[in-house]
Parts: sequence; structure tokens; C-alpha cells
Amino acid sequence: MLLISCPYCGARPELEFTHGGQAHLARAREPAAVGAQDWADFLYMRDNTRGVHAERWRHTHGCGRFFNALRDTTNDQFIATYRLGEPPPAAAPEPEAMP
Amino acid sequence: MQRFSALSLLGRALGGHRSWTPQWRRAAPQAAYDAIIVGGGGHGLGTAYYLAAEHRLRKVAVLEKGWIGGGNTGRNTTIIRSNYLFDESAALYDHALQLWETLSQTLNYNVMFSPRGVMMLAHTVHDVQVIKRHVHANRANGVDNQWLSAQQAKEFCPPLNIGDIRYPVLGAALQRRGGTARHDAVAWGYARAADALGVDIIENCEVSGIRRNEHGAVEAVETTRGLIRTPRIGVSAAGHTSVVMKMVGVRLPLESYPLQALVSEPVKPVFPCVVMSNTVHAYISQSDKGELVIGAGTDAYTSYTQRGGLHISAHALEAVCELFPIFRRLRMLRNWGGIVDVTPDRSPIIAKTPVPGLYVNCGWGTGGFKATPGAAHLFAWTIAHDEPHPINAPFTIERFRDGHLIDEAAAAAVAH
Repeated sequence: MLLISCPYCGARPELEFTHGGQAHLARAREPAAVGAQDWADFLYMRDNTRGVHAERWRHTHGCGRFFNALRDTTNDQFIATYRLGEPPPAAAPEPEAMP
Repeated sequence: MQRFSALSLLGRALGGHRSWTPQWRRAAPQAAYDAIIVGGGGHGLGTAYYLAAEHRLRKVAVLEKGWIGGGNTGRNTTIIRSNYLFDESAALYDHALQLWETLSQTLNYNVMFSPRGVMMLAHTVHDVQVIKRHVHANRANGVDNQWLSAQQAKEFCPPLNIGDIRYPVLGAALQRRGGTARHDAVAWGYARAADALGVDIIENCEVSGIRRNEHGAVEAVETTRGLIRTPRIGVSAAGHTSVVMKMVGVRLPLESYPLQALVSEPVKPVFPCVVMSNTVHAYISQSDKGELVIGAGTDAYTSYTQRGGLHISAHALEAVCELFPIFRRLRMLRNWGGIVDVTPDRSPIIAKTPVPGLYVNCGWGTGGFKATPGAAHLFAWTIAHDEPHPINAPFTIERFRDGHLIDEAAAAAVAH
């Protein structure tokens, strides 16, 4: 089970959180002006990154707030968590491989 | 290829089994191929086999970054069924099931297909309605599936506890043609049969780039074992499909999750069928070795780690212990994870891509093993004809743009 650091509440077990998928996907300001392919890109297409991934989490069974995180999907280690509206911190250097 | 038969087995047994030869060559990459399949699991090996056997492609290679069958083919719970709700899905999965029924004969390799029946349990009024709807839809599509009362379910699977539990069993759907097969044998059988037709199976060969010509079509793959030219590439890389497709800048509607399974210590034959419960979330069958094979759920987050949280397996075990109290004191021997590529509608993609010469078979999520022969057969057709077979024509990437989802996610309400 992951230990996740909520920017508001501190480190809590994974069970308190809900994963919200890829972060920084902005909904179109004028939905009527967006074509089918752009809608499909927004709704369905994902980077599915192998490596450092920016993603949303919600502290569902805690403060209830959304926040973003950088996590390495090759080892599940969190590099940073940050509040909504903040830019992603520069990705930390790759963690050393386990011996 | 040394053909297997009762006579050949007897003859070699009398010879002390000293005259067996390796079942496929350890091939080194050639400079060019007619088609290259990326990914040496059951789907990829099967695709290469059908390309050679049915479409007469002479030079085909399968590139595998590790060893064949070491990914999801060797990590699943081997359940085979075809009782999906929608017409498109029923046609696709039943095509696979029909191929399963004769696969051992086709490949001259015993894949140990065992149609012992797959029973899906209903625990709530909603489950009963959903499952009965599936039964009716399946029968309209010519796919066998029948409704059992709780008592009939108990008779079909005596270890099942139908009464004194938090979510009592209210009934079940039974697909008698469903069952299990030996997952490793599927990879090995396809590898052996493909190799006999001249397919090169190249292990420890990871694709690191895809080159395109001035028209945008694929012309070569860059690998850890050098550059290989080819006009056709079929990507069959399961959880790593997004990684391969990123090499040509194609984004797909996929997210990769760890899916876990575990096996118990072996016991004598005690469990006659496959039981699935979507509501309390457990999948269980017994292998011929005697181990209980138990499927757990996916983790909540995307990952490429091939391991998952222990609480996910524990949850499945709690459900198993409640449904089958006789297993409460069994110990688990091993657990592991595989990386599954999940689409938003939980239906796969077997299709051409925007890049000429590049084809993709992905998005099988948590249920790709059951489709192995069908997916491979249809993917080979798609690559050979540069257009989809009628059965896989609906399973495009563009369905997400055009709104023609095949929403088995909503139909099952859980991973399946």
C-alpha cells in the first residue's frame, strides 16, 4: 500500500485516496467550438507514461480535496505532491535503483 | 518439427527421451522481414503463426524484449469464456472460443483446454437482472449461457456457500463451453507451430524506435539487437503498448494498471469449475497441479511495476474464504502482478493505426487470455489484408472519436 503525502493533511495510507488519472488536462473553454477528434483526445486519449507521471489524486476519506502528484510509474515512488493550480515541480532526478 | 502422437511419445519413452530436440529455434534477427510482430506473448506468437499458416507470409519475426510468454500470458488466471453482452463482443470472444475448441489439434500441441464451465455469481437484485440480461443477449447471439438458481449453482459447484454470508448467492450464469487452458502451453504451442513455418522468434530483443519513410509509412524497427527493415509492424505489447506507440507519436485510449493473481498450495481435485463473482470480486479455479488459481483486482493507480498492493489480494482472499469456507486454512504460495492495458469502454482495439504499415492489437485489459486465438487470428488477417476482418471491424481506435463505444465496462460494472 502506498503512503501518499496530501499537501493539506500530510502522509496518509493509500486507502484514503482516489486516483484521478492524468493531471493537467484542461477542458475546452468553449465546448461547442471543439471538434470530435479534440473531444476524443480530451476524454479518452492518455499519455500512459512509463516513468515520471503527473496525476490527480483526491483525499476522498480525509480533507476531500483534489491535488496533483508526480509519481514514477516504474517503481511507484512519489517524487512530489502539489496543490491544484500550481505548476508541476521540476521532476527530481531518477531515484537510484534498488540494490 | 517433431510431431506429437501417442506413437511418437511411446517411441521416445522407450528411447529414454534422449532424442527430443528443441521445439523452436533460437533465431537471430535477419536484416529484413515481410512483417514484424512486437511482443512475444500468446497474442503476438499466435499472430505470427496465422500470418505464416493462413496468409502465407514467408518472412515473419516476433520480437520479445524478455522471454516468450513471460508477460501477461504467464501471469493470468487462464479463464476462457465468451458470454459478453454486446453483439460485437459476443462475435469476437466466441470466435476465439471456437478456435480454442480445436487449438490443440491445430497446433499439434496439448494446450489443455478444459471446458469445465464458467459460473458467474449473482449476489444482489441488480446482479440478477444484469446477469439474466446477459444470458438472454448471449442466447440471441447463439452463445451458450444459462441461468441457474442458487441451489443449482451449489449442485454444479459443491464447495460453494450460498447461504450464510454477507452477500448470499441468489443465482448464477453458467457458460458450459467456458473453462481454462494451460497458459504456458498456449505460448509454447504457437511458438513451436510458428517456428515450423519459418517464423523467427527473437527473444531478448527490445524495440527502441520505429523508423518511417518519406511517405510516413513504417520501414524499420530499431532494436537492442540492431536495425531490422520491414514494411509491416504489428504491435501486440499489452501493458506496454503506449510505450511502443509513443515512438511514432500515436496516443491511444489506454491506461496501464497492475492486475494481481495468486495460487494456493496444491490440494487434491476439489473444485470442478471456474467461479467468478464480480460483486464480491473473486475469480477462482483449480489447476491440474492442484493449486487454486485466484484472480484479484487491479490497483487503483496506473503503474508498470508488475506488482500491486497486498490489500488488493487480501480483498480477493476474503471474498474467496466467504464463498468457499473449506479453503479458509489453505496457504497461498505465490502472488504476482501483470500490467494490463485498459480502454475506457473495456473493449479491445484490433486495428490499423494512422501510420501506414503499423497495426495494433491492444486494450484487452483484464481479459486478454481468453481471446488469444481469436485476437491473433483476426490481427493476422488485419495485417495481411491491410483492412480489418468483419469481426474486428468495430474494434477501432476511431470508435472513441465517433462515439461507437462497445461499452462492456458499463455492461459488467466492474473489471472483467
